[in-house]
Amino acid sequence: MKKLINDPDDVVDEMLDGMTAAHPDRLRRLPDTQVLVRDDGPVEGKVGIVTGGGSGHEPTHAGYIGDGMLDGAAAGDVFSSPTADEFEELIGACDAGDGVLAVIKNYEGDVMNFETAIELAEMEGVEVESVVVDDDVAVEDSLYTSGRRGVCGTILVHKAAGAKAAQGADLSEVKRVAEKVVDNVGTMGTALTSCVTPEKGEPTFDLGDDEIELGIGIHGEPGTERTEAMPADAVTEELTDAVLDDLDLDEGQEVLTVVNGMGATPQMELFVVNRRLQELLGERSLETYDAWVGDYMTSLDMAGASITVCAVDDELKELFDAPADTPALTTT
Amino acid sequence: MTDDGAAVVAAVDAVAERIEAERDHLTRLDSAIGDADHGGNMARGWAEAADAARDLNDPDAETVAKTVGKTLMAEVGGAAGPLFGGSLVFAAGELDEGVTPETAVAFAETYLEKVEDRGDARVGDQTMVDALTPAVHTFKKSIEVDDVEPIEALAKAVDAAERGVAFTVPIRARKGRASYLGWRSVGHQDPGATSALIILEELLAVAAERLDVDVPETDAASPTIPDDDPEEASDDPAAASEDD
Repeated sequence: MKKLINDPDDVVDEMLDGMTAAHPDRLRRLPDTQVLVRDDGPVEGKVGIVTGGGSGHEPTHAGYIGDGMLDGAAAGDVFSSPTADEFEELIGACDAGDGVLAVIKNYEGDVMNFETAIELAEMEGVEVESVVVDDDVAVEDSLYTSGRRGVCGTILVHKAAGAKAAQGADLSEVKRVAEKVVDNVGTMGTALTSCVTPEKGEPTFDLGDDEIELGIGIHGEPGTERTEAMPADAVTEELTDAVLDDLDLDEGQEVLTVVNGMGATPQMELFVVNRRLQELLGERSLETYDAWVGDYMTSLDMAGASITVCAVDDELKELFDAPADTPALTTT
Repeated sequence: MTDDGAAVVAAVDAVAERIEAERDHLTRLDSAIGDADHGGNMARGWAEAADAARDLNDPDAETVAKTVGKTLMAEVGGAAGPLFGGSLVFAAGELDEGVTPETAVAFAETYLEKVEDRGDARVGDQTMVDALTPAVHTFKKSIEVDDVEPIEALAKAVDAAERGVAFTVPIRARKGRASYLGWRSVGHQDPGATSALIILEELLAVAAERLDVDVPETDAASPTIPDDDPEEASDDPAAASEDD
């Protein structure tokens, strides 16, 4: 499989250098790490917002570093958690004395490495709180899994927590709004094709030309159902129904929606999905407060999309609207 | 270098060598129920840790343990990095007054506690906890209740860990990647528990070598079933110590 890379072992390193070269006024790489932080950070008088995870989900996470969102992000190797020492450096670099909120996607490696780093940082006197994002409604919490996966809803946590921190709120308040998003958001995705990791160079999973995977994970993990390819409207209905059934919202509830591309799906198709999504919300008497469409949480070169719905109240609306100025997301 | 520090460096060397020798074995175990990276990750991590330990200038036991823990944390990655390495960083503090029977028990208990907390795992989940729990409990009881020689206590702990590893085979995984397999995890030996046993075996071998004694004989096949008063036999060894 063709890839525009040099050596699979160098992909993450070279990507991070390319990102800082693209945004020298915004991003700074901590020496000898895969950690990017705000060039002007840590910001005095503000709670630091940090996150991280495996690479391959760009612009997640470093693309959201900047005013109104993240203070820094640790990048692991492709689809692998950053190590605890990298998370520890990240936390230390993003603490201006007012504490740090760690936003963790719910994967075993991410959670364990971040928790270890948090405990070490606390021993150094840094106040740290964390939230674990588990918005993927496809995988049921059961004895068979370690709970739901964290996917595109994570971006909304970054946005709300980042905005709250930018307003000067203290750590407990920042954590509260992050948890509010986690409690009110759901996501489900579908894959039309498998991603291809640089290391392996061939599809992670086999999917026939006439098949799609519903409930796909952002690393190509199996979803809920493999089915024959369907028109966009039918796929959108499957995803939307699953998310809304899980959220169980009251009529008239306002929501923010995200139609997220998995990496290799044209914007054209994402807008087609969004069109049907908004119709479906109307049929359920839900009110769209804002609709985001784009590539936010990708899975390398997977074709497909995910749909995220987040119930919003006045506070979340204000935070989602608040100014953000990052490489991948700007609100004014 | 303090004697204790030198002993720990020697132990780390031995563990690194043994893990490298068992690399393919660990990878095979992990292939059956996980993603086949345990052997390679552990071998790389322990090799780096041994290098880092040897490079220390006149270290005490705590410093060696902390350095090894940090190196494992940085090099092993995945879940094994925080479990094997992170737990060691935290437990190392118990060795601040060197290695004695008392500090060794405290170290072992803290290590187990950190692994349990971080992995949210308990005995019976088919994880390294299944090897460590019987080892740590047996070590503590042997030192604090039975008052046996430390080397014998360690030998009994290794023996207990071996039975713990065997126990992972017929049970179903509840934590870690193997748990995704559900009932299909039954019948597989846990690679993490196996690594824990390997580490304990090397600690015992190095301790015996440095004390210039033979590794005490234990009988893994037939655990001693006490035939005295059941009430007495069920006494919690922890009750003899100040905690719990």
